[in-house]
Amino acid sequence: MFASLAGVLFDGFAYGMLLFLLSVGLSVTLGMMNFVNLAHCSFAMVGGYVTVTLANSFGWPFFATLPAAFLAAAAASVALERTLYRRLYRASDLDQCLFTIGIVFISVAAAAYLYGTVQQPINTPSWLRGSMQFMGMNFGAYRLFLVIIALAVTVILVLALEATRFGAQVRAAVDNQRMARGLGIDVDRVFAVTFALGGGLAGLGGALAIEIVGLDPAFAFTYLVYVLIVVAVGGLGSIGGSFVAAAVIGISDMAGKYYFPQLGAFVIYLVMVALLIWRPAGLFGKRQA
Amino acid sequence: MSGAHLAGPHRYLEAQVRWRRIEIAFWFCTLLPFVLTPAYLQLASQIAITALFALSLDLILGYAGIVSLGHAAFFGLGAYAAGLLSKHGWGEPLSGLVIASAIAAAVGYAMSFIIARFRHLALIMITLGLGLLLHEAANSAGWLTGGADGLQGIRMRPLLETFRFDLYGRTAYVYSLAVLFLLFLAARRLIHSPFGLALRGIRENAVRMPAIGAPNRAHIRKIYTISAAVAGAAGALLAQTTSTVSLETLSFQRSADVLVILILGGAGRLYGGILGAIIYLVARDQFSGINPQYWYFWIGLLLVAVVMFLPNGILGGLARLAARRQEKRS
Amino acid sequence: MNRAVLSTRGLAKSFGSLVVAQDIALEMPQGVRYALIGPNGAGKTTLINLITGMLRPDAGQIFLGDVDISSLAPEARVKRGLARTFQINTLFASLSALEAVTLAVCERRGEAGTWWRSLPSYREAIDEAYDILVSLKLGADCTRPTRELAYGRQRLLEIALALATRPKVLLLDEPAAGVPKDESADLFEAISGLASELTVLFIEHDMNVVFRFASRIIVMVGGRILVEGTPAEIARNPEVRTVYLGKAVHG
Repeated sequence: MFASLAGVLFDGFAYGMLLFLLSVGLSVTLGMMNFVNLAHCSFAMVGGYVTVTLANSFGWPFFATLPAAFLAAAAASVALERTLYRRLYRASDLDQCLFTIGIVFISVAAAAYLYGTVQQPINTPSWLRGSMQFMGMNFGAYRLFLVIIALAVTVILVLALEATRFGAQVRAAVDNQRMARGLGIDVDRVFAVTFALGGGLAGLGGALAIEIVGLDPAFAFTYLVYVLIVVAVGGLGSIGGSFVAAAVIGISDMAGKYYFPQLGAFVIYLVMVALLIWRPAGLFGKRQA
Repeated sequence: MSGAHLAGPHRYLEAQVRWRRIEIAFWFCTLLPFVLTPAYLQLASQIAITALFALSLDLILGYAGIVSLGHAAFFGLGAYAAGLLSKHGWGEPLSGLVIASAIAAAVGYAMSFIIARFRHLALIMITLGLGLLLHEAANSAGWLTGGADGLQGIRMRPLLETFRFDLYGRTAYVYSLAVLFLLFLAARRLIHSPFGLALRGIRENAVRMPAIGAPNRAHIRKIYTISAAVAGAAGALLAQTTSTVSLETLSFQRSADVLVILILGGAGRLYGGILGAIIYLVARDQFSGINPQYWYFWIGLLLVAVVMFLPNGILGGLARLAARRQEKRS
Repeated sequence: MNRAVLSTRGLAKSFGSLVVAQDIALEMPQGVRYALIGPNGAGKTTLINLITGMLRPDAGQIFLGDVDISSLAPEARVKRGLARTFQINTLFASLSALEAVTLAVCERRGEAGTWWRSLPSYREAIDEAYDILVSLKLGADCTRPTRELAYGRQRLLEIALALATRPKVLLLDEPAAGVPKDESADLFEAISGLASELTVLFIEHDMNVVFRFASRIIVMVGGRILVEGTPAEIARNPEVRTVYLGKAVHG
């Protein structure tokens, strides 16, 4: 009983870490510019398909594909932001939603056209496929790897945010955009860089997700819901909030599916609605006066 | 004091409310399918039902500014309610419609207390979440809803005890069209009432409203309940005219589709949903052979184009053209 | 002496370590025209937001006559006779001026909830709205969308909306802000034309407006009320001169 509980917790936490990588970029850019980018998971998909292409068609080793996935997704983000998104910063919530949903549809169709609708296979290094024994329990090696990467990313992000000048500019822009501009901070440039980073992380998440949840063209939609839940619950513009929310959602989802399989995804949605009603700005979001 | 100037302001407001010739012409044209395309009456019935659903979304989105990604919840509720009533012996269509709509309205009323308190992302997420919740609940409650297989055993009695629901869809279309028209009349009256003006006020500037003494939340609760009732009626129509109800009626797909339809036609213009439904469903019927993935590619492109170039939908674009021509003339 | 129409006691509000209001005590008798002046960031608009209920105070009470309105929602306070205008035009862009003011009148009369009768049938409300617009020289353009009106006319519409609620107390937030010189005459006429029973508090930076319309002046600095008195007293007050008037307009 305890072993299975610990197992569920670990798997749930690992899954949560994956959600964190996928969501953190959206949370920060949403908090900064209030731009509802529902196409965020399309960038994750870009990263996933880049990894698949490089590994399967070009024989790259798995680890080498990860930075490529990050860079490709970051590049795609920048391209999209510079050309299309920047015209919509003043548009209404609805227009932003509709536009970015349109982008999602297009990206899903493009992926289906290029790669077909089947799940993509991926060959991870053999030493990642086993599991490790610790305190009498089994920890999947890949999941451990995922957790380590996510924690490393978190540490880097938090350090960058607190200790670098750029990080200070990001924090200012999230907190009060008008005042940041008034202080001479080039908010547009800060946003573009943050957007690229967020997209890149999503791409990395997409690449890492293949082994755990698979990759097919529907990915952009399926995980969009989870990402939105993490962002809404964690609070806009908060890395810590995304981390906590992702962990909670990941564990709740695993626990729900394990202990109450007949309820399905019900638990997650219920948790989200309840949390949002209690804290509409998210757990760590900017609170209204 | 109020003497000589009476004509001006009153006439202006009356002109807004008057029926335009093109409106009357449109409603006459809705009778054409009986004569011109009798083979397509089932499709026409679907269009009428979808138009009614889009109208219900317009009431909250186009007029009060509430963005909902889960409006299919009420459509599905109405569908399942009507279906279950029939399955358990109550096969009379009209009363079934009223009861199903009332059930959707009751749930809408309960939800409105939550909905009215939020805006922006939180509101979008909550409507999405509530819609997904209901879908999951229906999926799990297979004993009630039939789960993934859908509701079985729906048998409708003839409409008004005279008109049987035939395979050609004649009764279906008469029924759907009549309900659409009646509820449209009610919606039209609502839009042109002081309440309709208040809703537009909320949409235009929700901050100014309390400053003129307006109870935003009470207004939003009211329109949300009415909208739920109309959506429920549309769902009930679907169940009754096709004798089937599936989980799809509660799905995010349906919520997203009706949103696309309304935006395409133009929100906040009363006829936008109807126009969008006609275009969307006719197009989908014509391209029914196409792979669904590719269908959504074109929809995606359409959405992007509409947001960039036609922000008020087709009707909005037409209105702008008409305004420009007026300017050129004067 | 008649009881104060609007009064506050010990009103206070902070955002973290930023104190925007402290120990605000006001007593406004009926019919008096108050000007609220002070440097930028003194907390003047914040005070209006606190009084109207858009911002919740950390401490203190607000009274309309004898009634404690501190816990009432903003729309409830409007119903009791407290109205305001906004410093930046906060209007209904696509509604016409007539529709906007008619809406305010209908809300006041409790008719804005009826959805089964068409708007044109509310002839009294429409007449009342039109009269208000005419009295503010907005009658001619009242059927055009608000966004097409000139800035000065929009400022007047701000006041029209507030007047439609038949207030006892009117709070004007910089009514002349941004109005070009050639449009300000109508605005001043509107302000001087306000009913004498109406108690008015207006925030202003333009000292011409202040000394022309105010019978009493309140000076706010750093969230506190520095001093209150007649225009002559304030003009002579050395503290005020240093803090605010300084080398200003017509010292």
